[in-house]
Amino acid sequence: MGMTIAEKILAAKCGKDSVRPGEIIMAKVDIALANDVTAPLAIKAFEEIGKESVFDRERIALVPDHFTPNKDIKAAQQCKIMREFAKKHGIVHYFEIGKMGVEHALLPEQGIVVPGDLVIGADSHTCTYGALGAFATGVGSTDLGAVMATGQIWLKVPSSIKFVLKGKKGRFVTGKDIILHIIGMIGVDGARYKAMEFAGETLKELCMDERFTICNMAIEAGGKAGIIPADDITKAYVEGRAKREPAYFYSDEDASYEDTYEINVSELEPVVALPHLPENVKPVREVKGVKIDQAFIGSCTNGRITDLRQAAEVLKGRKVHPDVRLIIIPATQQIYRQAMEEGLFEIFLEAGAAISTPTCGPCLGGHMGVLAEGERAVATTNRNFVGRMGHPRSEVFLSNPYVAAASAVAGEIVHPEEVL
Amino acid sequence: MKIKGRVWKFGDHIDTDVIIPARYLNTSDPYELAKHCMEDADPEFASKVKEGDIIVAGENFGCGSSREHAPIAIKYAGISCVVAKSFARIFFRNAFNTGLPIVECPEAVEKTDEGDELLVDLEAGKIVNLTKGLEFEIEPIPDFMMELLKAGGLIPYIKSKV
Ligand code: SF4
Repeated sequence: MGMTIAEKILAAKCGKDSVRPGEIIMAKVDIALANDVTAPLAIKAFEEIGKESVFDRERIALVPDHFTPNKDIKAAQQCKIMREFAKKHGIVHYFEIGKMGVEHALLPEQGIVVPGDLVIGADSHTCTYGALGAFATGVGSTDLGAVMATGQIWLKVPSSIKFVLKGKKGRFVTGKDIILHIIGMIGVDGARYKAMEFAGETLKELCMDERFTICNMAIEAGGKAGIIPADDITKAYVEGRAKREPAYFYSDEDASYEDTYEINVSELEPVVALPHLPENVKPVREVKGVKIDQAFIGSCTNGRITDLRQAAEVLKGRKVHPDVRLIIIPATQQIYRQAMEEGLFEIFLEAGAAISTPTCGPCLGGHMGVLAEGERAVATTNRNFVGRMGHPRSEVFLSNPYVAAASAVAGEIVHPEEVL
Repeated sequence: MKIKGRVWKFGDHIDTDVIIPARYLNTSDPYELAKHCMEDADPEFASKVKEGDIIVAGENFGCGSSREHAPIAIKYAGISCVVAKSFARIFFRNAFNTGLPIVECPEAVEKTDEGDELLVDLEAGKIVNLTKGLEFEIEPIPDFMMELLKAGGLIPYIKSKV
């Protein structure tokens, strides 16, 4: 019987001709990733193992992005542990402030993750890299410490669910709306333990940035991985930046899936996920009129150049509502520079937005825009759990960048066409 | 690996906050954690458990956060094995990584009551309910994961290899 792309990548990494769902394998890891929150614990696990050196100093990425530039003394200590470890072991892909970006935007951009990779990250949104046709999944710190020591990880091969995307997306509909729609449809544990594979003609009109957004939120449906097999768009993106030779894997015609869903993208509208679960998805039109205090455009979900351009399209020549704080955070230094060169900053500043250096910041209620009791935000992030962006009695509505920007202008949640 | 013990039974979706509440996460001392194991489901659990006892639970055991403190608290409370209908993904990993045997077997869960005596034979792939005289088949635990359990978890396992 045929294999899915997930099964093929995992088979290749454990040196077998084939694997089947449920099988336990020992797999070779291509890239291991940790951030300022998870690295210190992973380093502790690594040191307990007692190995002198890491398995490969070119295959570990350490990114201080969550509470950086250091928001307080505790954060500074965490970063120090990571920085000293990176120095001691000569970690090639350590990104100091000034070169740093939100990890899941940074690694693909820098060509550190390439198609066909097995990526293990001590961060749940590691699944983002599936957009490159890689198998990428999040683990705990002990797992990561062991990977840093051995370059290997044990994995249970997941079964796959296929999502076939059909039709053309309408104006103001983005990758974010597609994935939110899917999460609303199958629920926050709809893909628990499984790989979510995306296919269908609509992919052709989704740029890499939108594909990253889709795979980024596989975990919000409980998925172990989200995967989009590589095509010409992927190859064009990878060309010139890949630090290693990519490998391309594709699902067999007769591969078996636990479920297959067809999604007619032409029927979708811009949506938002209401507090406090990403599955509470409703068309923006039905939520219209909800007053907001803050809008945040950024994060590993929607802080890329495409997202900033979408926001700029709405904000151009308009002003942020006097009762709203609009915070825009380009996800990496490169995106930051590009946005500046394209004149997007001019538009944002004219509109009255605050622009910050790359950081996760408000996405996890860390810093740079924490919410007070009773406050409400529209955010282009991925989680709207209780207290995610601040006070336990604050609220987060998840949306695409068009909707976030339009809502910032209107002072309440609106469909972008009402502003444009 | 043969495990024999008395059963403590729980329902579906026992999350990591029930297993070890976040308010106790300021320590990583396993014995300290064990004192609060399952506290929010049964405040006396930790004091009632005897070395070797077995937890039997429903669907999605261990859902919630990725805290490794959860399987550690269970293990150091004296629990020798968890039998459930299903486990949440990260808990599943963390259990083996910390050396806590766990087994999926919906049928055994259905037919076992609190206080029954169970024998779990991981290599032979079976669970015997000694009290009721019933036998259930389980998928044998893959060799590698058996080794993890025997070593006492991922870190000791790797240590023994390097
Ligand atoms: S941007 Fe948010 S979701 Fe993404 S890695 Fe940072 S904290 Fe996690």
